[in-house]
Formats: sequence, C-alpha cells, structure tokens
Amino acid sequence: MSQMATDTSIVGRGNQDGAQLFREWFEELDQVAENGTGAAYVFVMGSLTELLRVFDLPIVFPEINSLQTAVRRVAHEYLSEAEDYGYSPDICGYVKADVAVQLRGGEHPMGRIPKPAIAICTNACNTYIKWAEIWERMHGTPVFTLDIPGTRAAGAQTWPGDPDFETDRQYVADQIKELIALCEEQTGIRFDIDRLRETMGHANTMNRSWKRILELNQACPAVFNALTDGTIYLGVANGFRGTEAGATYFTDLADEMEYKATNGIGTLSDEQYRLLFVGVPCYPIFRRFNELFSEWGGTFVNSTYLWFASGGSNLGFQYDLEQPLDSLAEGVLVSVRNAMDSMFFQDLVLSEMIDDYQADGVVFHPIKSCRTVSTGLADNRRALMENRDTASLFLESDMMDRRVVSEAQLKNRIDAFFEGLATRRKRASIEHGETL
Amino acid sequence: MAYAAGVDVGSTQTKAVIIDEAGRIVGRSLMDTGANVTRAAETAFQEALRDGDLLEEQVGFIVGTGYGRYKVTFGNTQVTEISCHGRGAVHMFPGTRTVVDMGGQDTKAIRVAETGEILDFCMNDKCAAGTGRFLGAASAALDIPLDELGPTALGGERAVKISTTCTVFAESEVLSWLGKGKKIEDILLGVHQSIGARSVGLLRRVGIEEEVTFTGGVARNVAMIETLNERLGVPVNVSEESHFMGAMGAALFALDHILASRAPASSMEHVP
Repeated sequence: MSQMATDTSIVGRGNQDGAQLFREWFEELDQVAENGTGAAYVFVMGSLTELLRVFDLPIVFPEINSLQTAVRRVAHEYLSEAEDYGYSPDICGYVKADVAVQLRGGEHPMGRIPKPAIAICTNACNTYIKWAEIWERMHGTPVFTLDIPGTRAAGAQTWPGDPDFETDRQYVADQIKELIALCEEQTGIRFDIDRLRETMGHANTMNRSWKRILELNQACPAVFNALTDGTIYLGVANGFRGTEAGATYFTDLADEMEYKATNGIGTLSDEQYRLLFVGVPCYPIFRRFNELFSEWGGTFVNSTYLWFASGGSNLGFQYDLEQPLDSLAEGVLVSVRNAMDSMFFQDLVLSEMIDDYQADGVVFHPIKSCRTVSTGLADNRRALMENRDTASLFLESDMMDRRVVSEAQLKNRIDAFFEGLATRRKRASIEHGETL
Repeated sequence: MAYAAGVDVGSTQTKAVIIDEAGRIVGRSLMDTGANVTRAAETAFQEALRDGDLLEEQVGFIVGTGYGRYKVTFGNTQVTEISCHGRGAVHMFPGTRTVVDMGGQDTKAIRVAETGEILDFCMNDKCAAGTGRFLGAASAALDIPLDELGPTALGGERAVKISTTCTVFAESEVLSWLGKGKKIEDILLGVHQSIGARSVGLLRRVGIEEEVTFTGGVARNVAMIETLNERLGVPVNVSEESHFMGAMGAALFALDHILASRAPASSMEHVP
C-alpha cells in the first residue's frame, strides 16, 4: 500500500468512527425511550458500565448529554428552562441542562433520552449525589451510591498489598455485591459472571489502548489535540466502555496514533507551542476556544480532563479475569481514586508531564459552574509555578453557560500568553547563544 | 532617523504615541474612542504626527494595542495591552516589577521581569467593578466631573463603605448614602477605597513585588494614587505619561521591529 493510500485510510479514522459510534449510541437510546423502558444513569467517574452491561441496561451519561447541548449551541435554552423552574444560575450547568431534559420528557438535540431506571453515582463529585436525588424525586429512581475511599494524603497512595488498600478494596467489593443484588431486582436478570468477564476483557483492551494513545502524544509534533480530538475519544471511552465496539475502536485508534507518530504526522501542520490543559473544556465555543490557541501554533498535548473524565482509565488498569469481582473492586478503587486525584493533586503529575511531553506552557481553565474541578486550580497553579519555570495561563469561563463566556476577553488573555511565550523563547535562544 | 508609533485603542479613550530611535516621545495624542473605532485610531495617529511635526512616511512601523487593536487597520501588527503596559512601565521606570493598569473597563495586574517580559497577569473578569467605569458611575450619580473626583475625595475624612461589587448598583448605593446625609467627600473616598481594594486583590493574585507602577487613565486621579499608596504600604510610580503607557509600550515594540529589520532575518522571529 502506498503511503498516501495508508494516510487516507487511517489518518482521521478515530474522529470519523467516533462520531459514527456516538450517533448510533444516541439512536439506540432514542429507541429505548420510544419503547418506554428505562436506562442506567451513570457518571464518568466510576460508571461501572462493565457490570451494568451484564444486566442489558442501556447506558446514559447525563454529563455527556448536557455538554452536547452546549456543543450544539442550545444549552442556554435548557439552562433557562431549569432556572425558570427555580434552579439558581450558580448551580452546575450539567445538572440544570439535565433537569430541563427531564422536564421535556427526554427531548435532546441528539434524540430522546430514556428515563432513569436505576442511577449509580460515586462520591468522586459531591454534585453527583445531589443530582441523583433529583431523579429519585422526579421519577422515583432507585439510586446506588458507591463510596470510593480517596487518597489518604497527597503523595502517599496505598497500593495492592498495603493493609489500608486491602481494607478499602474489601469495602468497595462489598458495595459492588449490593449493587449486583439491586440490578438483579430491578431487571429480573440473574448475574452471569462469565458475561462480566467478557465486558471486563473489553474494558482491559480499552484501558490499555487509552494509556498507549496518551503516551503516543509525547511525539513531536503531537498526533492528536488533547482538547478537541481527545474529547471525541473520551466520549467513546465512556459510552462504549466494556463493549466489543469500544475495544475495536480503541485498538484501531492506537494503530492510527502509532502510524502518525512513526510518520511524523501532527495534528497541526506547524506546531509551535506544546500545551497542557487543566480543567473542563469550554463547550459553548468548543472549536473556537481551541482556535484561539491553534492560530498561534499552540496545540494541547495532554489534559487532566482526559484522566478524570475517563474515570481514571488513563492508568491502563488491567482486570484479572480469573478473579473478576475482586479485580473489579480493585480497578474501580485505583481508577476512580486516580480520577479524583487528577482534580485535586495535579501539580506533581503536571510537573512530570512538562518534561515527558516537552510542554511549553500550562493552561488552567477554572469554570464558573463546577466547584469540584475548579476550586483548587489557583493553589495548583501556584504550587506548580513555585517549582517550575514554565509559563502558565489562568483562564476563566464555563463549560455550559455562554453568558459567562466572553470570547474577546479570552482572546486578550490568550494573545498575551503567547506573546509571553514568544518572549521566553527569544530569551532562551539568547541565553543559549544562538545567532540572532 | 526612523520613528515608531503605538496606537492604543481603549474602551473609553484612544491614545497614540510616536517615539524616536532612542525611545523618546516626540508626538502624542489623546481622544475619546467613540463609536467609530477605526476612525478614532486614524485620527489619534494623525494628531500625534502633527504634535511631533512629522510626516506619515517617516514612521517605519506601527503597532496597534488595546481592545480595538485589530481596528488599527493602518498598523503593521498588534500586541495586547498587557504586554504593552508591562513594556512601557519598565521603560519609564526600570525598577518596575509590578504594574497596575486601571482603564475604562479593565483593571490589570501585571508582574514583569527587568526586561519587560510578562511573568504573570490577571484582570477583572466579565465585570467592570474596580475599574474606571466605577468612577464614571459615581461621577454621574454625584454630578461631578471625572477630573474633580480625585481632589474632592481627598477632602473626605470618614469614608463610607461601598459594599456592592456591581458598577450599576454602585450608583444606587452612592445615592442612598447621599440620602442618608453623608458628605460627598466621604462618599467619594469610599468609592476610591472600594476600587483600590479590588485592584490590590488582583495584584496579590500575581504577587506584589516592588517597584509598583500605576498606569492607565485612572492614574491621573490623585485620590486613587493615595489609596494605592496606603493599601500597598509603598508609593507607586506614576508618570506624567501614565495615560500613554500602553501606546508607549506598543511604540517600543514597533521600534523593535524597525531595529530588527536592520539585523539578520532570524532576529525577527520572536518579536511579538
């Protein structure tokens, strides 16, 4: 096969296939809603979809539904409806968009969303728990809260074999057994451990590939944009977790990225600056937000969003299929704990990533409507700046609400950031004695 | 001799500065921006040429800055006012390490290196509280010209507490204090202290390092200078040209281009 033919068949495949899988997922949900049957409502941190698929439960991620309303530029309609209903402008935009979806009987720009037949939430975000209570009140939905013990101290995680870890794992394993009983009761389907092995096997493939894909972006130029392309991959990582389609997609995606890295094919034709992103994307102007950086030759090579919003699967955790239930508990504990740490203890990992990914700068993006993700960013930035002489930008907007997104103000700050990067580069080249 | 120009199109006023190759100001102008931003930029530039007794073709490079920088259609390139205020402040006061720029709608805190390189910055966000607009609201509510606000406030002895952070509501609050019989001087002193508190808050976010230079249109306000001096515990640098600091920085960047164009091509790569 010629190089050109190979490029045509493989480069960009992940974005195209990802978009197709997304459409198919929402078409299926639309059909479920038409049939009047419900779905399992889950969240990106600790979705446990490997287990829920054993009970043939269609999967709904309300966070993804909500961000899709922003990407499709109709979020303001949903937010206004929830605010008219009585929710404060200060409440999480994801919650409010979902409330409006529920009030509209599931109406969503990508199709109808079925009602929640069961909801599973973790303590990774405190809003998850309050959010699930809304479905409980609206629909009488049974809610299962999975309590994941977090990191006990910064930089002092416990691992398999440590007494504290074994206690925590047993605590999670006992909760999973309770969830299995609840799923059997709700669906009338008996738990089948071999089906669990199958879904966990697919999740293993996806986790392994995701970790490799993230590593491949250490290539110069970067093979994908962690903010834009990465969000597409993330959607598949969540929506298709534990499925054969998801495993195939991620195997193909890893092949695509390997190919691009080997052949020096970058996501930008002229990569000038390599950036790390911290926080949640600005979905109301998703493409434009990225352009404000790419116009300067800036590309995002990694993002904390790809860690925590993948439920910590960036670690590449591999389940032991010989001991599925114990291993599921261990994997959930390790991965969700990592997702939480990705939000709270970022500076240490970011410092390592500056070296691994040859990053020129770090963009911190606190958002108005998510306290969980945003509260510690100023501290994290300060800690990073004390230890590293790396440029950073603190940029405030929102993930959903265009009323607090001002493109002109964003552009001013971003332009100044790149002017500073250019000056730094000039100074560095002078210090290294390069010819002017 | 080539000259370099900077045109700073702000939300309220447009400033133009022309400098010679030694970085000395040879022409300047100041005018209200108004609704036609491009025309304001052109007029300000022409006025600065007249002020310096110069011809347009004597100016080798023009940099636009300010929120309307992309409307400086006759300019050669654009640089943000953040970089320009930092550069201008260090040029005027070489000891500057922190800049507070107070304009019509923006207040910026900028930390700079001795080279003028921007180390960190932050600005008021999506709200004009703590900016010149806040003073504009007080001026309207009290029917006192902007230029007289500072001297009047210095006559205050017991500043009232302005609690709102909203410029629109501040006007109502000022009127309510009037209704309660408070002296205009005390009310205005309170307004200045409120703005000063928010500005120092921004400065703390980037880290306050001496010397601190105060730039922007509000730097002409004597009460605001006093307020910042008190809150910071050190006197801020204020120049007669503070109002022109953004345009001055832009002109210095323009001069970089002129000088770099005389050197080998590679030296142009990193000039913003």
